[in-house]
Amino acid sequence: MKRRVGIVGVGQTHHRSKNTDCNGQELISIAVKMALENAELTMADIDAIVIGNMDHFESINYVDMWSVDGSGGYMKPIMKVTTGGTTGSAIGHAGFYHAASGLFDTVLVIGWEQNSESDTTAAISTCFDPITEREYSAGAIGPLAAHYIAYMSKYAATEEDAALVSVRDHNNAALYNPYAHLRQTIAVEDVMRSAYISYPIKLLDMCPRTDGACAVIFASEKKARKITERPAWILGVGDCHILVHLADGIGLANLPSLEIAAREAYEMAGITDPFNQIDVAELYIPASTAGVSWMEALGLCEEGGGPRLIRSGVTNMGGKLPINPSGGVLATNPIGATGLLRIGEAALQVMGKAEKKQVEGAKVAVATGFGGCFWSDVTVLSSLPGLD
Amino acid sequence: MSVQSEELGNTGTLIYPSRIKLPYTWHVGKVGSRFYQEIKDNGKIWGIKCSKCEWVFVPPRETCPRCYCDMSEWVELSDTGTLLTYTVTRYAVPGIQPLEPPFALGIIKLDGASTGLVHLLGEIDLNDISVGLRVKAVFREVREGNYLDIKYFKPVRA
Amino acid sequence: MEKVGIIGVAQTKYQRYNPASHAESAYEVTSKSLEDAGLTIDDIDNTITVCNDFWDGRTISSMTITEATGSHKSPTTNVEGDGTYGALMGLMRLLSGLHEITLVVAQSKISEGIPSVITNAIFDPIYERMLGLDAINSAALQMRSYMSKYGVTEEQCAKVSVKNHKNAKANPYAHLAMDITVEDVLKSRVLADPIKLLDTSPISDGACAIIMARERTAKRKHGKPIWIKGVGHCADAYHLGDRDLAEVDALASAAKRAYKMAGIRSPLKQVHVAEVYDAFSYMELMWMEGLGLCGRGKAGAMVDSGLTEMGGALPINPSGGVLSAHAVQVAGLARIAETVLQLRGEAGDRQVDGASTALAHGIEGACGQGHCVFILGK
Repeated sequence: MKRRVGIVGVGQTHHRSKNTDCNGQELISIAVKMALENAELTMADIDAIVIGNMDHFESINYVDMWSVDGSGGYMKPIMKVTTGGTTGSAIGHAGFYHAASGLFDTVLVIGWEQNSESDTTAAISTCFDPITEREYSAGAIGPLAAHYIAYMSKYAATEEDAALVSVRDHNNAALYNPYAHLRQTIAVEDVMRSAYISYPIKLLDMCPRTDGACAVIFASEKKARKITERPAWILGVGDCHILVHLADGIGLANLPSLEIAAREAYEMAGITDPFNQIDVAELYIPASTAGVSWMEALGLCEEGGGPRLIRSGVTNMGGKLPINPSGGVLATNPIGATGLLRIGEAALQVMGKAEKKQVEGAKVAVATGFGGCFWSDVTVLSSLPGLD
Repeated sequence: MSVQSEELGNTGTLIYPSRIKLPYTWHVGKVGSRFYQEIKDNGKIWGIKCSKCEWVFVPPRETCPRCYCDMSEWVELSDTGTLLTYTVTRYAVPGIQPLEPPFALGIIKLDGASTGLVHLLGEIDLNDISVGLRVKAVFREVREGNYLDIKYFKPVRA
Repeated sequence: MEKVGIIGVAQTKYQRYNPASHAESAYEVTSKSLEDAGLTIDDIDNTITVCNDFWDGRTISSMTITEATGSHKSPTTNVEGDGTYGALMGLMRLLSGLHEITLVVAQSKISEGIPSVITNAIFDPIYERMLGLDAINSAALQMRSYMSKYGVTEEQCAKVSVKNHKNAKANPYAHLAMDITVEDVLKSRVLADPIKLLDTSPISDGACAIIMARERTAKRKHGKPIWIKGVGHCADAYHLGDRDLAEVDALASAAKRAYKMAGIRSPLKQVHVAEVYDAFSYMELMWMEGLGLCGRGKAGAMVDSGLTEMGGALPINPSGGVLSAHAVQVAGLARIAETVLQLRGEAGDRQVDGASTALAHGIEGACGQGHCVFILGK
C-alpha cells in the first residue's frame, strides 16, 4: 500500500425499529455529529464525503444530493456508492480509497436507512431479475435457508448450532451495546421455540430491519496521526461479487465470495493464520445459520468446522476470538449502514474505544459485509500500522 | 406477460411490462412537523434562523447546511414575498403532478426569509407572470399538514 | 498526482430504443473497450459499474450488469451517479496503488421507464416532490433565473442547441444529429417556459466504458494513453430555494480543484476542447461560466462570438453533447470517452485539430447541484 489510511472517528444513532422522531437527513446528522465529536473534528475538517443506502427503501433518487442538509455536504465533494446489502462495507472501502488515493485527507463515510419508511421485503424483492426471477422471489430469507439446509446435510450441523449464534449475538447486544436495536437476552430454547420463517430459519435466527445511521471518518496517515494517537489502521480490503443470479447460490454450502474477499484482504494485511492473528470480528451475519456456515470461508476453522467452533464458545465474549461484541446484524440492521457498522465497531475495538463491548487488548479486527447476490466485502483493521 | 412494442419499433425482441409500486411512510421529523403544524393550525409560515450565518431557512430544518450547526431560533415569516423565478409546466406526467397542466410554479422569497420556497402559483394569468412579482400565500380551507396546505401563491394587486 | 492513463474507450450508438438488454449493452461496450485497449477481460483487475436503481427499475441494479462487465471476476463496486463519478472512483482505486487496470462501465435504458417520474423522486418527499417537479420544469426555473439575472436571451440558448445538433452530424454515436435554426428552436413546442422542446436533450438508451491504468501499465499496454491531469467534484445546496439558481459556485469549486491539479491557470487558453453536460441548452452557457471560461453572465456573448463552435478557439461539445444523446449516468462518462478520442486524434469528422488538453464534465442531481470535472491531456 502506498498510503496508509486510518479510521479516526465513529458515530451511530440509537438504532430502533421506527425512528419516527426524525427524517432521513436528521438521522444522518446524528451519526455524523457523533463521529465528528468522536474524532474531535468539525465539518470544516472534512475534505470529501461518501454516502450509501438502498434507493427503494426510502424512494429518494440521488441521495448524495438530497442528503447534504444532514451530511454536511454543502459545497463539498460528495458521491454515492450502492451495492445492496454490501453497501455499508462498499462505502467503507470507497472512503478508504478516497484517502488512499492521496486526493483527499479526511473523508466522512455515511451509511443510513429508514427501513420503516417502506416495506423492506417488497423493496428487496425488486432486486430479482424482473424477467426471470421477480415473480416468485420474496426477500433474502429463502436463499439463506436453502444455503443452511445444504450445509447441515453436508457437515452434520444442526439448528441448535445456529441458535447458539443467535443467543451469542442477541445477548452481546443486550449486555454491551446501548446503541443496538434488539436488546433482550435470549436462550437457545427461545430461538428453537420461535416460529419458522423459512425452514430451518426461525424468527430469532433472522436479522431485524432497523432505522439507523452510521458515520465513520477515514484519514490519510499524516492526518490520522494528528487527529488521534490510536487510529484504526486499514490493513486490508477485499470485495467479491462473484454470483449474479440468486439461484446460483442456492445449494452452496459455503460462501465462495467471502472466501475470495477474505483471501484478498488477508493477503494485503499479511494475515496467514486468521484464527490466531485476529482478536475480534464484526461479521455481517444476516441469519444465525450463516454464523455457523461461513466461519470456514473466513479461515477461522477447517472445512465443516463451523459447528465445532461455535459450540466451543471461543467466539463468545471472553473467548479467544469474540465475534460480534456489538450484537452484530441479528440485533441491528439498518441496511445501508449495516456493513459500515461492522467496520466502525471493529475500528472502535482496535482503537480501544468500544466501552462495555471492548475486547481487551484487541489489536487486529476483521469486519465483513454481505449482500447483493451472495456477495462479500472484507476489511482488516489494526491498532498497529502493520503486522510484521 | 410479454408484448412486442409497436411504439418503440418492432425489432423482434420482447418487452415485459411491469411497475415498481411500494408503500412509503416518510418521517417528517420534529422541525418539519412544527412547520406544517403552524401552517395547518394557524395559517402561518415559520422559518428557522442560524445563529452563525444568520440565514433564515424555509422550509426550516434542524441543521444549517452552510455552517453545519444546530438551529433553534424560530422566525415567523410573512405570507408575502417576491417571485425569484417561475415556469409554466405545459406537459402532462400522470401520477406526479398536483394539477392538470398547464400550471405555474415559482420560487418565492418570503419577506423575512433568506431562502426561496418553491411552490405553485395561482389566480394568475399564465402568460403574464414576471420575475419580481409580489405574491401572497393562499392556504387551503381544509389542511392536512403537508406541502399543499399552501394552495398556491397569488399576485398581490397594488 | 501519480499518472493514470485512459487506454480504452467504447460507446454504443445512442438511440431512443435499443432492443439490447442492459447486460447486452454493457457487454458491447466492455468488449469494445477491451478491444480498443488491446486487452482481454483477464487483464482487468477491478471494475466500477455505474447503475442507478431508479433508472434501472431494480434494487441492487449493479447486479444487472455484473456478469456482462466481468465484475464478478475481480474486485468491484458500484457508483450511483453520473459516469464521471464512476471514473473518479476508478481513478482513486488506481492511485491507491492497490490496482493496476480499472474498467468503468455505465449503461442506461431509459426507454424502459418514465423519466419525469424518476426525476420527480429527486425532490424531497416531505416538501417539494408534491409540486410535480421533475428534470424539465426544475431546469426551467433555473433557466429563467439565469436569463433574468444576467440578461442572457432565449436566442443565445438556442444557438447552443443549433451548434450541438449540427456537431452531432459528425458523430456516428449521436442520437439526434440535425440541421436546425435558432428560429426552429424558438418556435418548437414550449414544455415549461422558457424551455422548449429543442432546448432539451433527447432520452437515449446507450452505454459507455473506459479503461484506465497506472502509468507503467498504461505505457506498456497502449501506444497512446491519455493522461488524467486533474479532477474535482463538488455539491451545492439541495433545496432549489437555498441556491441562487443563476450561479454556479459548486462547479467553480470543482473546476478550481481540477485546474489546480492540472496546472491550469487560464482555462480558456490552456484547454483546447471541452465536452460538458448540456442536458438543456442553457446549461452549456452556465457551465462555461462555472468552468471559468468567461465571467458570470458572459457566456451568451461568448457563444455569439462563435468561439465555442467547431473551428473556434475553444470548441465545446464537438460530439454534439448531451443535447444530441442523453443516456443518463452514461452521459458524463461519454464526455470523457469523447475527449479521449479528441486527444488521440481519432475523433474523425468531429476532430478538433491539435487538441492536447481537454475538459470533460458531468452533473448530478437537479439543476446541476453536483459537478465533476476531469482534465485530460496527451
